[in-house]
Amino acid sequence: MTETDTIDAVLDRHRRDGTRLVQILREIQEQLNWLSPATLTRVAEGIGWPRAMVSGTASFYSFFHTRPRGKYCVLWSDNITDRMLGNAELMDAMCKKLWLEPGRVSEDGLVSVNTTSCTGMCDQGPALLVNYRAVTGMTTARLGEMVGLIREQKPVAEWPAEWFKVEDNVRRAGILLGGDFVPGSALKAALSRATAYATEASNFRSVKESLPAGMAGPLTMLDEMGKSRLRGRGGAGFSTRMKWEACRNAPLKAGHTRIVVCNADEGEPGTFKDRVLLTSHADLVAEGMTVAAYAIGATRGFIYLRGEYRYLLEPLEHALARRREAGLLGRSILGTQGFDFDIEIHLGAGAYVCGEESALIESLEGKPGRPRIRPPFPVTNGYLDQPTVVNNVETFASAALVALHGGEWFAAHGTEKSSGSKILSVSGDCERPGLYEYPFGVTVRQVLEDCGATDTQAVQISGPSGICVAAEEFGRRIAFEDLATAGAFMVFDESRDMFGVARNFAHFFAHESCGFCTPCRVGTTLVRNLMDKIARGHGSPYDINELFKLHRVMQGASHCGLGNSACNPVFDTLNKFRPAYERRLKSLDYEPAFDLDAALSQARQMTGRDDAAAHLTNEAEA
Amino acid sequence: MNAPMNTAPVAAKKLKVATTSLAGCFGCHMSFLDIDERILKLLELVEFDRSPLTDIKHCGPCDLGLIEGGLCNAENVHVLREFRKNCKILVAVGACAINGGLPAQRNHLDLRDVLEEVYQTEYLLGRAGIPNDPELPLPLDKVHPIHEVVKVDYFLPGCPPPADAFWKLLTDLLAGRTPTLGHGLLHYD
Amino acid sequence: MTTDLTFQLDGEDIAFTPGQTIMQAAKAAGVYIPHLCWHPDFPAHGSCKLCTVKANGRFGSGCTMEAQAGMVVENRTAELDDKRRTLLQMFFVEGNHFCPSCEKSGDCTLQATAYELKMMSPHFDMFYPDRPVDASHPDVLLDFNRCIMCSLCVTASRDVDKKNVFAMGGRGILGRRIHINSESGKLADTDFALTDRAAGICPVGVILPKRKGFAVPIGERRYDKAPINEQVKEPLKEATP
Ligand SMILES: Cc1cc2nc3c(=O)[nH]c(=O)nc-3n(C[C@H](O)[C@H](O)[C@H](O)COP(=O)(O)O)c2cc1C
Ligand code: SF4
Ligand code: SF4
Ligand code: SF4
Ligand code: FES
Repeated sequence: MTETDTIDAVLDRHRRDGTRLVQILREIQEQLNWLSPATLTRVAEGIGWPRAMVSGTASFYSFFHTRPRGKYCVLWSDNITDRMLGNAELMDAMCKKLWLEPGRVSEDGLVSVNTTSCTGMCDQGPALLVNYRAVTGMTTARLGEMVGLIREQKPVAEWPAEWFKVEDNVRRAGILLGGDFVPGSALKAALSRATAYATEASNFRSVKESLPAGMAGPLTMLDEMGKSRLRGRGGAGFSTRMKWEACRNAPLKAGHTRIVVCNADEGEPGTFKDRVLLTSHADLVAEGMTVAAYAIGATRGFIYLRGEYRYLLEPLEHALARRREAGLLGRSILGTQGFDFDIEIHLGAGAYVCGEESALIESLEGKPGRPRIRPPFPVTNGYLDQPTVVNNVETFASAALVALHGGEWFAAHGTEKSSGSKILSVSGDCERPGLYEYPFGVTVRQVLEDCGATDTQAVQISGPSGICVAAEEFGRRIAFEDLATAGAFMVFDESRDMFGVARNFAHFFAHESCGFCTPCRVGTTLVRNLMDKIARGHGSPYDINELFKLHRVMQGASHCGLGNSACNPVFDTLNKFRPAYERRLKSLDYEPAFDLDAALSQARQMTGRDDAAAHLTNEAEA
Repeated sequence: MNAPMNTAPVAAKKLKVATTSLAGCFGCHMSFLDIDERILKLLELVEFDRSPLTDIKHCGPCDLGLIEGGLCNAENVHVLREFRKNCKILVAVGACAINGGLPAQRNHLDLRDVLEEVYQTEYLLGRAGIPNDPELPLPLDKVHPIHEVVKVDYFLPGCPPPADAFWKLLTDLLAGRTPTLGHGLLHYD
Repeated sequence: MTTDLTFQLDGEDIAFTPGQTIMQAAKAAGVYIPHLCWHPDFPAHGSCKLCTVKANGRFGSGCTMEAQAGMVVENRTAELDDKRRTLLQMFFVEGNHFCPSCEKSGDCTLQATAYELKMMSPHFDMFYPDRPVDASHPDVLLDFNRCIMCSLCVTASRDVDKKNVFAMGGRGILGRRIHINSESGKLADTDFALTDRAAGICPVGVILPKRKGFAVPIGERRYDKAPINEQVKEPLKEATP
């Protein structure tokens, strides 16, 4: 097959539909290795989009290559937890063995080695992606073997299967992870729960808005959601019932439908619970989505799966196919006339910001993942301008339980403002990293005890954009009333340098800022540079003030949650672990960011001089 | 309001001022001299230490240092530090001191390429080779504005700043006001 | 109850019509809210954040936030102007703005806004990025060293010229840039023309007509004559062929 044939085949499979551009580009790249200028031109012609928009999208995502990439593309997950497990040393060793500089493709075009943002394997790192397939538990021995296989040019498909094994590591199961869910049971319960009133009301709406006739119970389902007091698990904790209701009540334009989107982008470093839900509880998640579709009258659904979880694509497709066969997806679900709903999977391509719901929708439409101006919100104007519900994976799993057992049953778990359970992704300095599901309200101390953490200095709750809690706060509770979390729980013991932790996070945000708005695009880079300056021993109290100033500007003025919370880890550690910064500061009130003497080294080399005047001291001779 | 007090500064002591040009073109200094006859008034109020206007070679303790030009070589760094050490108030004057200006246009090029191009290309100074006389200051790999190396107290933008802006800055400082520039005086070009 | 369609902007009553943003209402009333990416003829882009105001105590973009009756909006407070100055400094360090050699100097919105906010220096360490200049087109020069990513050229070319010559692509500080609609990436290989609306829309010195250099001398340009906050009601002059 020629390259053009390959491209055309992919285009045809996607009906030359531009909204599927991210999927088209990924599939072409999987076959052709990279996206050449000619490829982008052909794709643009194929979907009838301006070429500049196609290259605009291709260049947005970290996993798309618009320049030739190595035949083997190795990307080391660079979350702080991977760092703590020694990924930097391993990567260094790999580069040495391959005679490579990080980020450069080897001259023979064989291989490139670089870092990537957290791949969601923090409980089994150091982790990496090889040609976008997840590898866990890297060791020096494995590294040696891997280098050998790369040199031999052994196809990745033939590499040892155990390298690609991803464990669930469920350490403590609750109502979500421990249940014995029978596919279809939640939907049946929802369908049977209809009151006469609800049937009538939904039928009335069905006339008005072409919702399926004979569909009983959507309003009852919404009532159950209300009783459950379920709040979103993606971080912000918005009432799920209110979101669903707003979407249901949003007027539909001609030809439009309502949309259900499952946010499986799970990009927040240190979070990996959605990975396990989608691996071992896919039916629960898909059923929750179908319940949502039923409640709001949606016919189309998407799972937006992060590119790092590419390996889950086929298993998930199979799960969806099984559900179609069982009458749980597709037309007339469970024989209910007009209850039509199906789910497609879209893969992301390495962009944390696509977890933000409106950026996610842009990505689903084939565009760069740029957060939209809000209002309007997705519930009224979402995917292709249609009313859209976006919920986290765990939210849908919980919603399925609400449908199955009823809202009151669900609300009996957890606390007053935080009903149900929460799955924590525990990683870092502890004996048993993995998933811990608790009813809301558990203390940080309890979790630390359960996971076997000792001498704990700090816990980063909800990832870099969350909050850093110090030892004296370990009595605080995981709940929306106190410590709200999307699930990450990264443990740092006394041996860890909290400045280094914050610096790792600053690098993460600078890399992931979408670049749309000024405070975040430039601010995240300025913060990263200041942290690097302090790390190099050139920092001064002046720089600390600068960090606080940038925090103030970015927090108020940024366009989306990324920029607004990008300074949180720096701010928290400056307040709670100030000595970790002060240790590194010069006592002067100002120091340059760059190494003055090093700035002369090129000239020294070229002139062959090394006399005293050919050097500059770095400390001002005050 | 209508009873004018004699507000001539109680010039108990003259303000000691030093000026220098680092990687600049002396354009700022020239513009400074454009304050014309006001220079006489100024000389009643200030006294010049190291400056191209005097012949003093090293900066002694001063009230005010005016720096034109950015940092292009090691010598620039030494002079700047001497100024910072000795001047209570340091002012970056002109585009080059403030953002690198014209000399910083070389920052896109590798210093190696620049030196090779200039000293080793036949049609330029080819035969000379790259000079390695210890008397010559070594170039930094990039040109930097001065605030990247020392703390700078005030900035006087412009390429060059208009004479009136100099006058405003100095009179503000003499009167103990935070210097400000209004419309027409604040210029980047 | 009468519905009084006004809100307060720095203590002054501003009338608005339903659906108007704070920016639109302020402009109609002749009140200046600093802005770079907003243009009265186009939908708000919301990227520069110069228009950040405090409405009922919460930060938001004046160009995207709808006016509400009785809203109390802060605009030119020291707190907000400080933030704006920092944002301006961010623009000046992330690009290469060497005003003395820029044809736009004196007519440039970025520069005029920086004057208005008394930006005396870029404050941060300069990035000196490597950004390309595209001189391929016979009539127009593109100097991306000065791009502020406002997307006005994208919108104008798409919505007015119906050409889509420009698109915003890439991610983050290193990647984000204007993409040109040709495989070579060169403007000459597009159907761009000097008569396009997009040719005159750039608020800074990126999209410049060739051979027109310094037709109006420095010192007599738009913002030499009066500061930007006194020109709220003046129609924007766009470079015409
Ligand atoms: C930068 C950024 C990244 C986000 N990433 C995710 C994510 O990976 N998964 C997720 O469920 N929500 C993420 N969110 C939150 C979503 O915008 C949205 O609030 C959430 O999906 C709503 O679902 P919920 O109501 O079920 O929590 C992110 C938000 C921001 C600002
Ligand atoms: S805050 Fe950051 S990620 Fe969000 S829109 Fe702005 S630049 Fe993009
Ligand atoms: S675009 Fe404006 S700010 Fe930038 S160099 Fe030109 S005149 Fe100066
Ligand atoms: S080229 Fe000009 S109009 Fe286009 S985005 Fe850049 S600054 Fe805006
Ligand atoms: S003018 Fe409002 S964000 Fe640019």
